[in-house]
Amino acid sequence: MPASGPAGVPTKITQGAQAAGGIGESTLRPDGILKVTGEFAYSSDLWHEDMLWGHLLRSTVAHAEIVSIDVSEALALPGVHAVLTYDDLPTGVRTYGLEIQDTPVLAHGKVRHHGEPVAAVAADHPETARRAAARIRVEYRELPVITDESSATAPGAVLVHEGRTDHYAPYVTHPNILHRQPIVRGDAAAAAGRADVIVRGEYTFGMQDQAFLGPESGLAVPEEDGGVHLYIATQWLHSDLRQIAPVLGLPEDKVRMTLAGVGGAFGGREDLSMQIQACLLALRTGRPVKIVYDRFESFFGHVHRHPAKLTYEHGATRDGLLTHVKCRIVLDGGAYASASPAVVGNAASLGIGPYNVGDVDIEALALYTNNPPCGAMRGFGAVQACFAYEAQMDKLAKELGLDPVEFRQRNAMEQGSTLPTGQVVDSPAPVAELLRRVKAMPMPPERQWESSEGADVRQLPGGLCNTTHGEGVVRGVGYAVGIKNVGFSEGFDDYSTARVRMEVVAGEPVAVVHTAMAEVGQGGVTVHAQIARTELGVEKVTIQPADTRVGSAGSTSASRQTYVTGGAVRNACALVREKVLEIGRRKFGTYHPAWATAELLLERGKVVTDGGEVLAGLADVLEGESVEIEREWRHRPTQPFDRLTGQGNGHVQYSFAAHRAVVEVDTELGLVKVVELACAQDVGKALNPLSVLGQIQGGTVQGLGVAVMEEILVDPVTAKVRNPSFTDYLIPTILDTPTIPVDVLELADHHAPYGLRGVGEAPTLSSTPAVLAAVRAATGLELNRTPVRPEHLTGTA
Amino acid sequence: MRVSLTVNGRPQQADDVWEGESLLYVLRERLGLPGAKNACEQGECGSCTVRLDGELVCSCLVAAGQAEGREVVTVEGLADHAAGRRATAPGVGLDEARRWQPVPGEGARLAPIQQAFIDAGAVQCGFCTPGLLVAADELLEQNPEPTDADIREALSGNLCRCTGYEKIMDAVRLAAARQAEEV
Repeated sequence: MPASGPAGVPTKITQGAQAAGGIGESTLRPDGILKVTGEFAYSSDLWHEDMLWGHLLRSTVAHAEIVSIDVSEALALPGVHAVLTYDDLPTGVRTYGLEIQDTPVLAHGKVRHHGEPVAAVAADHPETARRAAARIRVEYRELPVITDESSATAPGAVLVHEGRTDHYAPYVTHPNILHRQPIVRGDAAAAAGRADVIVRGEYTFGMQDQAFLGPESGLAVPEEDGGVHLYIATQWLHSDLRQIAPVLGLPEDKVRMTLAGVGGAFGGREDLSMQIQACLLALRTGRPVKIVYDRFESFFGHVHRHPAKLTYEHGATRDGLLTHVKCRIVLDGGAYASASPAVVGNAASLGIGPYNVGDVDIEALALYTNNPPCGAMRGFGAVQACFAYEAQMDKLAKELGLDPVEFRQRNAMEQGSTLPTGQVVDSPAPVAELLRRVKAMPMPPERQWESSEGADVRQLPGGLCNTTHGEGVVRGVGYAVGIKNVGFSEGFDDYSTARVRMEVVAGEPVAVVHTAMAEVGQGGVTVHAQIARTELGVEKVTIQPADTRVGSAGSTSASRQTYVTGGAVRNACALVREKVLEIGRRKFGTYHPAWATAELLLERGKVVTDGGEVLAGLADVLEGESVEIEREWRHRPTQPFDRLTGQGNGHVQYSFAAHRAVVEVDTELGLVKVVELACAQDVGKALNPLSVLGQIQGGTVQGLGVAVMEEILVDPVTAKVRNPSFTDYLIPTILDTPTIPVDVLELADHHAPYGLRGVGEAPTLSSTPAVLAAVRAATGLELNRTPVRPEHLTGTA
Repeated sequence: MRVSLTVNGRPQQADDVWEGESLLYVLRERLGLPGAKNACEQGECGSCTVRLDGELVCSCLVAAGQAEGREVVTVEGLADHAAGRRATAPGVGLDEARRWQPVPGEGARLAPIQQAFIDAGAVQCGFCTPGLLVAADELLEQNPEPTDADIREALSGNLCRCTGYEKIMDAVRLAAARQAEEV
């Protein structure tokens, strides 16, 4: 049994900069040097002596009974050490899931979607493992596929899950509906009678992939006590642990988890991927097992953003005030529940956008189908709705003859507004101001592709394909704004834990911060160090690797980590500071009366009075002692939404962003070039302005992607995925991406640490509808689906 | 089979290489150089970009045997590669080259483009970073004063999912500007 840890596991991530970089400064990433030198150990980089490679065999059909599985030829291949199927699972717990445990670790009797794991192989070379998996013979008896709402709820429809016992089952009208959330406020039907103008629309949102660049991977190392240590790329270590341990038949303290380097996430690592299978293979073989998906498998290895059908009716009076909104949002949850119920709650509660409407009738639901499972992705239910309600707002503005920005501003919510759920917005909601700011930004020059040497085709639609030198190219401008909740909603106990220690190292006071927060690239580690410096007055901060030796930090999701784990770090620092001052009073209190009478601060490595008088050095106070505190921290509690009316204080905080898109369209070929995508966002307080910009620009481009190119295509007849590769599923390159000027507004939310607002998701919402609005402006087409493809612009769809 | 090649200036040998293995696999799994990343293994994402006899290649698409006897530069050797370029660049005397110091950072020696990526905020998850660094360094080697359109064209084979590319543009502009100041 190996005694030492695997090579390449992250050691202490120590802040490189020695400067006093507290909150509000753009301090640099503590992991930056490791990441630019290639030394940062991602989960796929891990290596261990005697390590085996795991590989999963996945179903080739979407819905079928498994008649038989024959693994004998696979086992006979030299170099193969284990082949596992459902029958090899060690306990009665053979499924997992974030909320509903409906997902099989390995398929049992049935597969419900294309690419479902059926068997797991461990071998001494990854290619051997792949070849062994190909030798496993699985006989399927195919079943009819459920692919949309009509096939899901048709009379006699096959049930994707029979005998449901989950807590949503008693309340749905059909077992192929996973969860349904109505929100009713006022009387939308009566209000429609007051409308001078009513517009209706049906909208389609395509299936988007997170397409994080670091594929799913991890290394499971068996341990001498019969347990296992999993080094893994995930968004939430403790959620993984809760799902893994029962399947292995181990107590949670025998499943140790350490965060390996994470190559992006965007929601796609909320669910488990290969965690359990790697642990099972390691425990079976007694050898470390590494599993790394390739890109093809990654497309099957995580949930996607829900594709959606959205039906909207908006009404307004002639003077441009909304009378009512009715909408129905149907999300395709695919074969397993994942986070779908919470996505439904978001889509419903944020379904009309950041607008004041007294009379609303909203329904959102998620289906069980045989399409790929869908769950969390940046924006989480609010994205699909934003695409539709912003299209509706433009439609209404046009009918009313109003400027689309002016029309939005007349109806914009503000602090004190009431949401359709009855929740009062009790912090700044500068929706009209963000629109004003984004509109006020200077416009990019017309015909920017022109140069003295003719057209620079790189800046034209079609680019280096050299399809136009400006002929047929029309510019369009569009606006959109959105609202996203921050943190987990609907009564979830959304806490985080931080452990902070202060000690003297080499004569200098050092703060050590230990949390289980998954750093997935967002820069949480940067911000934690800044918070510790601000709260403890030290320069040096050590961020410990995230693992399960400390309490849960919750998920790196829902724009929540800076708020919640940042809040936990701040809280733990404050408690440590009190202890440090107690020690100081004990040691030095008799030397100066201010120890007893003044407000004391920790600044620049010293204890000082609020008047600035230095009382002692922290190194002297802490000599021979250290202070360590671990505490859970919670934001304000939320409430579930009422099952019938959707009323309830379901959300913690909101985040708002607005975009202006400038596009140029080659109207003959249907090619779109996004020329500029400007954003204005309220961030409450920018703890690290550089990182905030990175979040806003990155989120903006993911929204651009689903506006003009990104879509997982699922065959409507077979429910099989048609484009699981970066050759066929396109994400924006640097050539597809425009300049993204950003105007950051900082209006404090006094309920949140430092007044901050979660920033990561809001820019992903409004980016897409802004681009679509701009393309509509350029072409005059209605464009009720996203992504928009050339055939939609040329009438050849 | 046995593959002999020069990686980051050092002769290397890999034994028991299966004929189907890529240069990327040999670098990562046999030579202990995991800096080049495997994000698509299809030549679409550029995360595995290295220099092969000076040319930019997707190492996932190069059969290991094709690298026999050739010179490879990976992100792990980028600082040395850039320093070597400075030492031989026209207009820079040998003494000056010997005095050359990269921007300091926690004891690590970094190529200018590496430091610029850190300073400009061009690194988030960092998975695309090694490939982008190798590609951007090659761009600045060929074209010390690239326009924005040049930068976008040169880096269009490298996907990034976190940054929206704006800070990557900033980093390349910054490295080019610093390079111009130094010369």
